[in-house]
Parts: sequence; C-alpha cells; structure tokens
Amino acid sequence: MKSYKKAQTKFLEQVVGFGFLRLCMLIILGILSVIFFDIISKSWGVITWEFLTQSPRNGMAEGGILPTIVGTVLITIITAIFSVPLGMGCAIYLNEYAGTGKLTRLIRISIRNLSGVPSIVYGLFGVALFVEAMHFGTCILSAGLTLGLMTLPWTITASEEALKGVPMSYREGSLALGATQWQSIRTNVLPYAIPGMLTGTILGLARAAGETAPILFTGAAFALPGLPKSLFDQFMAMPYHLYIMSTQHHAIEIVRPIAYGTALVLILVVFLMNLSAIVLRYHLRKSRQE
Amino acid sequence: MERHLDDELQKLKGNLLKMASLTERAIHDSFEALKSVNKELAEEVIERDEQVDDLEIDNEEHAIELLALFQPMAKDLRFIVTAMHINSELELIADLTVNICQRVLELSEKGGALLTPINDLPPLADNAKWMVKNAIDAFVSHDEPLAEKVILFDEKSNKFRNSVMECLVQDFMVKDGKTAPRAVPLILVARDLERICDRATYIAEEVIYMIQARMIRHHREILNQDPPAESL
Amino acid sequence: MSQNFIAIDGFNFYYGQSKCLKNITLGIAPKEVTSIIGPSGCGKSTLLRCFNRMNDLIPNTRIEGTIHIDGQNIYTPDVDVVDLRRKVGMVFQRPNPFPKSIFENVAYGLRINGVKNKEFIAEKIEQGLINAGLWNEVKDRLHENALRLSGGQQQRLCVARALAIEPEVVLMDEPASALDPIATAKLEELIVELKKKYTIVIVTHNMQQAARISDITVFLMQGELIERGKTSEIFTRPTKKITEEYITGRFG
Repeated sequence: MKSYKKAQTKFLEQVVGFGFLRLCMLIILGILSVIFFDIISKSWGVITWEFLTQSPRNGMAEGGILPTIVGTVLITIITAIFSVPLGMGCAIYLNEYAGTGKLTRLIRISIRNLSGVPSIVYGLFGVALFVEAMHFGTCILSAGLTLGLMTLPWTITASEEALKGVPMSYREGSLALGATQWQSIRTNVLPYAIPGMLTGTILGLARAAGETAPILFTGAAFALPGLPKSLFDQFMAMPYHLYIMSTQHHAIEIVRPIAYGTALVLILVVFLMNLSAIVLRYHLRKSRQE
Repeated sequence: MERHLDDELQKLKGNLLKMASLTERAIHDSFEALKSVNKELAEEVIERDEQVDDLEIDNEEHAIELLALFQPMAKDLRFIVTAMHINSELELIADLTVNICQRVLELSEKGGALLTPINDLPPLADNAKWMVKNAIDAFVSHDEPLAEKVILFDEKSNKFRNSVMECLVQDFMVKDGKTAPRAVPLILVARDLERICDRATYIAEEVIYMIQARMIRHHREILNQDPPAESL
Repeated sequence: MSQNFIAIDGFNFYYGQSKCLKNITLGIAPKEVTSIIGPSGCGKSTLLRCFNRMNDLIPNTRIEGTIHIDGQNIYTPDVDVVDLRRKVGMVFQRPNPFPKSIFENVAYGLRINGVKNKEFIAEKIEQGLINAGLWNEVKDRLHENALRLSGGQQQRLCVARALAIEPEVVLMDEPASALDPIATAKLEELIVELKKKYTIVIVTHNMQQAARISDITVFLMQGELIERGKTSEIFTRPTKKITEEYITGRFG
C-alpha cells in the first residue's frame, strides 16, 4: 500500500512554494521602484524644454543635453542600418539554408559566444577596425558600426527564433505546391517571421543605445560646442555624458541634477524604443490574423 | 495481444453451442416421439423450441452489436458472419423438428399406430443428427476436412429421402389407399429430415468460408467428389 | 507494367544508418485510391513523401532503386523537383492553410508558378473549391482569413489548394487524423469523388477509413511491403498471417 500525503500537507507545501515565488517577484519589483523613484525624484525639476533643446553651457554646468540626444539617435540609426539587414540575412541563411552540419553548428556557437563578449572588447575592436584600419577616425560612423557589430549576435539570435516560430507546415505547404525554396521563404515564411524579427532587433538596438564602452574610444566626445555636421564628426551621447557628469566633471555635486536628468531621458528613450517594439509586434500580429 | 473482442467472440460461440445442443436434442427427441407416436414428448419438443428462438434473437443482436462496435475485419469478420448464418440455420433446424413433432401429433390423432418399419427413415434421421453435430464440431474446432465431409454426406440424405418417399408412395398409398392418410405425414417428415441435412450442409459451407475465405456454396465441384466411403 | 501510374522498383530509403524502406516494389494504378496502412513507424509516410520528394528536405537521407511517375524516373538528377511537386500534390496530416485569405490560399500555387492573369486565377480558384466540395460554403467569404474556417473546411481548402494547380497525383498523409467524424466523412466522400480525375495515394492509421475509400490497400511493416491487394480482399481475406493479425488488431 502506498501512503499518500495528507491533503493538508500538500496544501501547506503549495502555500510555501507560491509564497517563495511571490517573494522573489516582490524583491525585483522593489529594487526597480527604488531605482525609478531615485532617478525621477532627483531629476524632476531638471527636465525642461530648454534642457532638451539646448547645448551644455558654462563647462557643462548649465544648459541642456540636446547634442547628446542627437548623438545617441544618430549612432542608433547607423547601428540599425548596419545590423538589421545583416543580422536578418544571416539568420535566414542559418535557419533556412545552412543544413545541420558541423560548420553551421560552429557558426551558431560562435554567434552565441559573441553575444557574451564584454562591450569594451567591441570598443577596442572598433578602434582597431573602423577608426584605424579603415581610417574613419573617431566619429559617428565608427561608433555606430561598432555598436552594430555588438548587436549583431542579438539580432541574429532573435531573428532565428522568430523564423523557428513559423510552423514547418507553412514551408512544406508551399514547397508541396511547387514553390522553390526562396519563393517559400519569401512568400510564406518571412511575412510571418518579420514581426518577431523586428521586435528582437529593436530590443537589441535599445540595449545598444544605452552602451558606453563601445563608443568610448570610437567617437564619443567629452564635450562639443555644437551639433555634428557629418557622419565623420565626433559626437556626444547620453550614456557617455552621464558617465562624465557623474564621475569626471570637476564639480560633480553641482552637476548632479543634470546627470540625473540625462539618466531619465536615456531611460525614457530606451523605454520608448521597447514600447514601439511591443506596439509594432501587436499590430503586425493583428494584421496577420485578419 | 489479449483483446476484449476475443472474450466477446467466445461468448457468442458459447451461446451458439448451447443452441446447437438444444437443436440436436430436438432432432433426437422429435424422431423418438415419431417412432413411438409419443404425444407428450412431441409437445415438449414444440415447447422447448421457444428457448431456441430466444437464443437466436440474442445471438443475432450480439453479433450485430459486435459488428457495429468493433468493426471487425478479416478473420473476426468472417467468424461473426459465419456465426450469424449458423445461428439462423440452427433456428431453422429447430423449426423443422417442430414440424416433425406436429406430424407426430397428427398421427396420434389419426389413431396413428406406426406403420410397418420403413427401413430408410431411421438412417435418414441418424444422418441428419450426424451432419448437424459434425457441422457444429467443424465450426468449433476449425476442422475443414470434417466440414467437407459433412457436405459430401448431403448426397446420401437425398438418396435416403427418395427411397423413403418411393416406399411410402408405392407401398402405402398406391397399393393400399387406406393407409394414405397416415403415409402423408411420414412423407413430410422425410422431407423435413432431408431439409435438416441441407441446413447442416449450409453450416459446413459457412465453416469452410470462415476458415478459408472461399465461398463454395453453389460450387461444390470444388470439393473432392468421392462419395463418402464409410457408413454411419 | 505500363498500366501503373506510379511504379516503385527495388526502392530503399535510408535515414542516416537506418534503412527505413526495404526493397519496396509496388505499382499504383491511375485514377484509383491506394491506401498505405501499417503500424506507426513502418515507413508509410516516408514512402508517400518519396513520391513528391519531400524527403529531400531532410538531411542525411539516401535512396536506392527507382520511382517512376507517368513513365519518368523522378530520382534522376535532371528532374526538376519543383515541376514534380506541381504534378504530384500533397495534403498534410494537420490542415495547414496559410494565414491568408481563402482566395489567396488557393491562388498561392498559381501565383508562385507565375500565373498572372486574374480571370484565369479566379476561374481556377472556383474550380478548385468546387472540386474540393467547399465552394458553396465559402463563396461569399473568399476574402476572409482561412484560419477562421473549421478544421474540416481548412483541410478541404488544402485539397482545393492542391487541386488548383491541376496535379495528376494527390498524396494525402493521414488527412483526417485531426478532423472530427463528420468532417472526416465529408473528406472521405471527397476523396472517392476525386479519384475520377486523380490518382490518389493516402496514408492512414484508420483501417476503417482505408476500407471505406480505397480500391487498393498496401500493408507495410517495419519498412517492408507485406501485402498489396484489393481493399475488399485485404480486409476480408488477407493472404498473409501478419496482415490478418494487424488488421484484426492483434498487435500494433
């Protein structure tokens, strides 16, 4: 005869188990709200229209952060232009064409590993490749491309996941109707994978927008008098600005509100990008089901 | 693999055997009643026929249920179809014994002392009993040679019947018109006994279908046409 | 034999080291329904997928022997697989309509094969849907998403999609296994109807289904062809003991 646990004991176990899980969630939530509360409360007074639309003045102790916003947006665009098509193309190749041979496995493992390489290493690589070897100099282009390299593994992995999410039956269905493999992918796989590919990519870009290390050596400037005029100019960027204002400035205490203000704007930009990813995915999914 | 269907088929087979034993007993008793013009025994046989009728309906319903619920194929299908045929054949045989018993009652009303022995009537009855018993045995033990033997004995039963009828017509109707009223029921008995043999033949044919999946009805030439050597 | 539309001869199929189909020799007559039955993993789907070379998509596979369809060896290097698949349509186990409109689903095969003429497409779609017995149910909502159809309708849509490009053979891989009994009955009626125009090969787990709709039944086990015969004979008097045991459910 098996002896069964009493219902009471089982119930108690469940209460304890769920209690523990709930606690985990609450701790995370607590940490997050402390961070947000800290940033928002300390930066609330700083965010004004001037703050967003003017350049820093008076040794960056006054004025706004417009050049940093422009710089971050520009490098993000370069990053997107570089990494989105390349990443998606690579993902399509890996998932649809490359078989399951040793080479493919090796490539996949390498990509996974690349996404774990510290961002400062990308920064150094960017200096070596774009700044030095390709003679772009320290500029928006070099920084954007460096960030692009850094986000590639993310883009590829996210896109591959999206492609894997398209049922095999769509591919088989179209192949069985006499479609070539490319026709099948173009007409019957990509349309359904693109929402997922895009959201994954945007999340990668959002992460890139907040990076400091890769742009540190490749184009971000301490302070610039005006806005950049071409892709080969240096630029200011929000994360780097934040770093300077909170550690490198000669009067840290005085510029602290500006640092907090920058932090809030940066968080908002990243948040907006994530939000747009969610909205985009929602709309594409909906239109697909109609 | 043990199958639920196997249990059901065994049950069906068991009920068929029950019916077969009732039928065999009815053949035996009806002929006994005839020999001694035993009114009571004849009535008893007629009464007992109800049991066979009930069993027939039960078996048929059971078989139909099995067809519907299990949708059997191949061997199973052939078994059930054969069982259904045997079921209705046995019921027909039982009805024929009732006919014989009614002839007995008729004879007893007509003051019916038995006519002088007719040599061929008992062998015909024995033949009928033997054929029914062995057709059923062949069914139970999947014995194809036995079934074929049963089929070949049908020939014999025809001969027996013909000689009985000839004897009755010649000796008791043409030569002596007075005995005619008591000869007619016996002619009918001879016909019924021969019909029992026919039904047993059908059963044997069904058994061959069940075992071999070949239909030999109306094509008996397929069988070895050596007349049965051994006597009963 | 010339009267076979599909002729398989000494056919072996390997997946990696394992031999999934062993020396299959089989003829499939035109305009008949042939069912392939057998226990799970016996290779029946694999065999079916050899007829339109869907197995090409699986890496690490290898074949020996020949399959001729309409007199042409489909495994020679010069065979255009795309052409072959246009000639040999396929319906899959789960209904797999594309998440497009009903119209676009049926039009898909025509479009990828380069048909541009709108009237022609519309005509073929109507014919396909009529042949698949779906026209009356969907004619007023051709531009609705196909995923809104019921499972049975979806499967018949997949049949219509396959028929629109006018194949000669229609392969069906357990086409009713995801359908309810009524949808299954409709699909079966459809299959019997379709054999007037097409050669149909169907893989099924459901023996009653094979019995109901096919003219010829082929029994495979462990990659070997055990018995091929008229359906009416296979299900009442199979010649091999192992076939008998399988169809009466004594194993499997």
